[in-house]
Amino acid sequence: MDNWKDNKNVFWTLAAPGTFWLLVFFILPLGFLFVMSFSDKAMVNGEVSITDYDYLTGITNYIRSVDPLYLTIIWKSIWVSALATLLCLVTAYPIAFGICFASERWKPLLLLLVVLPFWINLLIRTYALIAVFRTQGYVNLTLGVLGLGPYDMLYNNFAVIFGLVYVYMPFMVLPLYATIERLDKSYLEASLDLGASQYTTFLKVTVPLTMPGIITGVILVFIPCLGSFLTPDLLGGANAIMIGNVIERQFKAANDWPFGAALSFMLMYATFAALMLRAFLAKRSAGVDV
Amino acid sequence: MSHYQSKFKSTRRSLLKGTGAMIAGMTFMPRFSLAEEEKKLNLYNWDTYIGEHTLDDFNKATGIEVKMDLFADNDELFAKLKGGNPGYDVIVPTNDMLERMIKADMVIALDHAKIPNMANIDKPFQEAAFDPGRKHSIPYMWGTLGIGFRKSKIEGGVVDSWKILLDSDKYAGRISLLGDAQNVIGVTLKYLGYSFNSTDAAELKKVEDMLVAQKKNIKVFADDNGQDLLAAGEVDACQEWNGDIIQVMAEDQDINYAVPTEGSLVWQDTMAIPTGAPHPENAHAFLNFVLDAEAGKHIAETIKYATPNAAAKALMDKSYTENPSIFPSAEIVAKCEPSLYLGEEATKVRDEIWTRIQAA
Repeated sequence: MDNWKDNKNVFWTLAAPGTFWLLVFFILPLGFLFVMSFSDKAMVNGEVSITDYDYLTGITNYIRSVDPLYLTIIWKSIWVSALATLLCLVTAYPIAFGICFASERWKPLLLLLVVLPFWINLLIRTYALIAVFRTQGYVNLTLGVLGLGPYDMLYNNFAVIFGLVYVYMPFMVLPLYATIERLDKSYLEASLDLGASQYTTFLKVTVPLTMPGIITGVILVFIPCLGSFLTPDLLGGANAIMIGNVIERQFKAANDWPFGAALSFMLMYATFAALMLRAFLAKRSAGVDV
Repeated sequence: MSHYQSKFKSTRRSLLKGTGAMIAGMTFMPRFSLAEEEKKLNLYNWDTYIGEHTLDDFNKATGIEVKMDLFADNDELFAKLKGGNPGYDVIVPTNDMLERMIKADMVIALDHAKIPNMANIDKPFQEAAFDPGRKHSIPYMWGTLGIGFRKSKIEGGVVDSWKILLDSDKYAGRISLLGDAQNVIGVTLKYLGYSFNSTDAAELKKVEDMLVAQKKNIKVFADDNGQDLLAAGEVDACQEWNGDIIQVMAEDQDINYAVPTEGSLVWQDTMAIPTGAPHPENAHAFLNFVLDAEAGKHIAETIKYATPNAAAKALMDKSYTENPSIFPSAEIVAKCEPSLYLGEEATKVRDEIWTRIQAA
């Protein structure tokens, strides 16, 4: 391959749109929020201003964000997200496996079915879930025919977790599919030929070889779960609050952008930690990569 | 293709001519627009909150074309205008949000001479504590916050106190409260006998304790869908806005609405012109049109909220003017308070209380 320095004009022509995009729509807004997280509302005529800020005043917002009140909510959000991610993994693995071993004719159709929900807006899909789970919803109506229920399936933690798993499942299936597809099936045959049981083969051969896909999927699901606010808002009960809801409220009802920015960056730091963990694990497994 | 080409081909000469004409036209444009605004108006409104053909009527009367965008709540309205007006001429904030926007210079002072129909406004609404002298706003609609309930599921079939929502496990798991700090904390203050707008730390602490204790009985803090939960049978009683409950009452005879005797919130939606509005003249014309008797009547007929437009109300029939869900008795209204803008610090305090209740 040519060195990019030999063809600088070509390089910059090709790199410009992407760089522009990153700079204007990612770095700048993020930088603004980063500055905001170290700022405070300005004092105008002895009153806290509604629209003006004093920039870069200190770390008071971060101090406030490590209050046990917010740490508890962050911790709860991590747990809910972790559980949703685990359920995604457990469900998506067989699905991805099934698609990989399906006939070539069916594969594109099955993959299409996985991404199909993305064609519909998240909000509408969530409302659809409400129609399915409500007391007089489709599930309870069906159970009613069998003489069961009705059960309270909405407005509790079950509904939140189910909603998260439902919404983020494709993010788990696709990277898993990518790694399983590239898995050399002769390894599995070798393992079975050498006397390992199906179970041992799965644990000792399949799982380690598909680990990069698992890690990618886990990160792709866990991070958006952690920041979600729509799902707990619409499906959750009185206890459903997640850190995403608190952040949303800071930017709207509470009109406290600096604190909202600080909370967002707290989440971002957690995300970076997770990504570093992924890099570390990828280095260790150093075999297949996605 | 070739025979089409000749039609559109521009010689340098014709191009020059065209450019000349354009420049000539441009020099006139600023003078023209100073004399008269283009016939356009951008309205930023709540969903289903204008008469069915009000905008068409306005267009017929004035030739001004109205483009309407919708917002879901006051916070969205505020967030959209906070960074600068993106081009709206008329907005519809609720009284406390209007107060906040007046303080932040986000709305302009009205020229009352251009709104002669302000004479149609009902006496009590001519003046407003949140906008002294009505300098910045006209009243659009008003209403109350109360309890929507399913008669057959509530003991006695009537509700007269916030107790069933705030201080009782009688309907555990069958009740919902609104999903915002201001209104839930506010009515709990009213229930305890304090002011809706209290900033007293001890009083707010009592509210927090009460709501934390009551939380196990509450099914959900519903953002703005209490009426749907009620209609779908998910809850038997909910804290909601009168207009929302009236809408489901029309479809379900078993649903009713009451303002508790402890008092509640009385709100007023207003129309104002945001700072930087591109068509302020048209905006004044629109405000004047909304306060017209016939136009006001049509709006009230469509959206069924209480109108502060006395001339319009006089034209309405009794099923509207004597409906207690729309116009509660004077005795009840006297016990209700408007929500005030309490300042940024008090907002923060209430937000933290709200987070603690949610996380408890």
